[in-house]
Amino acid sequence: MRYIEPHAHMVSRTTDDYLAMATSGCQAVCEPAFWAGFDRRSVSGFYDYFRQLTDYEPKRAAKFGLAHYCWLCLNPKEAEDLKLADEVLGIIPEFLNRPSVLGIGEIGLNKNSRNELAVFEKHVDLAARHSQLILIHTPHLEDKLKGTRLIVDALKADKRIAPERVIIDHVEEHTIQLVLEAGFWAGMTLYPESKCTAARAVDMVELYGNERLWMNSACDWGVSVPLAVPRAALEMRQRGHTAEEVDKMIYDNPRRFLSQSKNFREKS
Amino acid sequence: MKREHVIDLYFMEARAKLIDLAAFLDRVDRAPGADDFRMAALRKALLELPATHRDRAKSVLLSLSDPTTDPLPVANIKAACGAWPDSK
Repeated sequence: MRYIEPHAHMVSRTTDDYLAMATSGCQAVCEPAFWAGFDRRSVSGFYDYFRQLTDYEPKRAAKFGLAHYCWLCLNPKEAEDLKLADEVLGIIPEFLNRPSVLGIGEIGLNKNSRNELAVFEKHVDLAARHSQLILIHTPHLEDKLKGTRLIVDALKADKRIAPERVIIDHVEEHTIQLVLEAGFWAGMTLYPESKCTAARAVDMVELYGNERLWMNSACDWGVSVPLAVPRAALEMRQRGHTAEEVDKMIYDNPRRFLSQSKNFREKS
Repeated sequence: MKREHVIDLYFMEARAKLIDLAAFLDRVDRAPGADDFRMAALRKALLELPATHRDRAKSVLLSLSDPTTDPLPVANIKAACGAWPDSK
């Protein structure tokens, strides 16, 4: 079995996790920029974080034979400080030509505030001006439905954005149809408590088809499972999906989306 | 996948989760104090489960969601709690 982990916050994980992923068939891991668990106080903190994502973490992954890619942004949880957001947006272009950068992400909304939406639209503008792919975080729990609607509306309003170059992540049963019908890719995040379980993710594959859809662990410093994707593959096999169907969901679909970035290279 | 296979695969897990939910409701009832909006939202969401319903997972999620459409003036907190406070 081979798979791509399209969303994992590896700076929060141990080398044991890299080893487990590599020995489970992981070919590449993609790391969106995210919240550190606390608000960073200056643009310098982000500059160092982007250096970590583009320089140090690929080397750490390479020790286990894993290709490491990343996405860059300021997380919506830090979007209330508009001055800091503008400063961070100002340094991102410096990193966009680094060889492992896939695009802008994970941008989006958290509590669906006006400032979050304004900073989201600035990130979308940055992605459009630099022809970058976009990875989008949708809000948690009770805020997800409203946030997904606001995000889809904002993206549709920007005519420069090609839906097939955008993945909207963390969909659940009440948002997946909205995302897919608008032409975007959809990501399903496999968490033990929030977001969705492997069983529910496979339900959605069976209900909505296996096009423009991927699964990820989004493992980070919270309760999360770095091997969630291969475990979901086992769930698919237990339910009678063929090896080819499993491969499409956990390897070929992310490969197809990510290959739209010139920096993504399939492992030979 | 045939229904028998679905039941074979998931019945015990669903049974365990159902008993856990029942035990949680009992635990809440035994505890002194009053319910808050989260319990009201949970009890309302339980109404989405009758045998005649379809898309129960979607309906439960919608029941627990903020249905409004205007952005908040400001985000005063970062965390979500799992239920919309103004749910009736």
